[in-house]
Amino acid sequence: MKSISLFVILLGLWLLMSGHYSFLITSLGVLSCAFCVYVARRAKLIDKEGLPLFFFPRLFNYLIWLFKEIFISNLNTAKVIISGKIEPETFTVKASQSTDVAKVTYANSITLTPGTVTTKIKDNMFEVHALNSDFGNDVRSNVMDKKVKWLEGDQ
Amino acid sequence: MDLFIDIITGLCFFIGSLSIIIGACGLIKLPDVFSRIHAAGMIDTGGTAFFLLGMILQTGWSLITVKLILIGVFVFFTSPVTSHVTANLARQKNLMPVGKKIGKLL
Repeated sequence: MKSISLFVILLGLWLLMSGHYSFLITSLGVLSCAFCVYVARRAKLIDKEGLPLFFFPRLFNYLIWLFKEIFISNLNTAKVIISGKIEPETFTVKASQSTDVAKVTYANSITLTPGTVTTKIKDNMFEVHALNSDFGNDVRSNVMDKKVKWLEGDQ
Repeated sequence: MDLFIDIITGLCFFIGSLSIIIGACGLIKLPDVFSRIHAAGMIDTGGTAFFLLGMILQTGWSLITVKLILIGVFVFFTSPVTSHVTANLARQKNLMPVGKKIGKLL
């Protein structure tokens, strides 16, 4: 099941990237996708972590929310850089997600919004560096944590 | 309609360039590694996102649009990883960030 979905994803990516649709080239593309799936199966890469399919149904909503957050914190970071009023602070937060993929997504989302960076991860504690206390309070309010927990679903 | 799209594209490029310039100023102005990563993150997200948006508006609907979106996807996956690696290495070398520390750090 997972192999088939990986094959479909790879083939879709190949078709979008190539732009040539003659019979010979398309069949070579299908063959190379099949070979990739075979190699990934042999290396046991196709599991919950390598292909987190359980993310996909809610991913779109999450991404729209994340882009909004990134836009807002870009504005705030620009303001902080121009005004020069920085009070960096470092603190730890707890991640409530159960799977590793969701934890990585949470840490990456924290890093992706300018103004906050995940500097260290140990089990389910993240050490976060924020540019000033407003950014810090955003992370400490756990809104993003709950969003990623929701994205993960019942795992 | 073409003129309208051109104006929006110009606006996107303007905002993108502005965020890259502010990010570059921040890279010089901010006090330590950890704060400078935030400025670099601004270039990674704000700069690339607005430039790609402008280019997507110019190409319309074609395979090139898909490729531009894929560039965006890959940048959005890789840029936080590089930021985290930089910050994590600095912490492993026992470099402490400037400013206040709340609670016990890891």
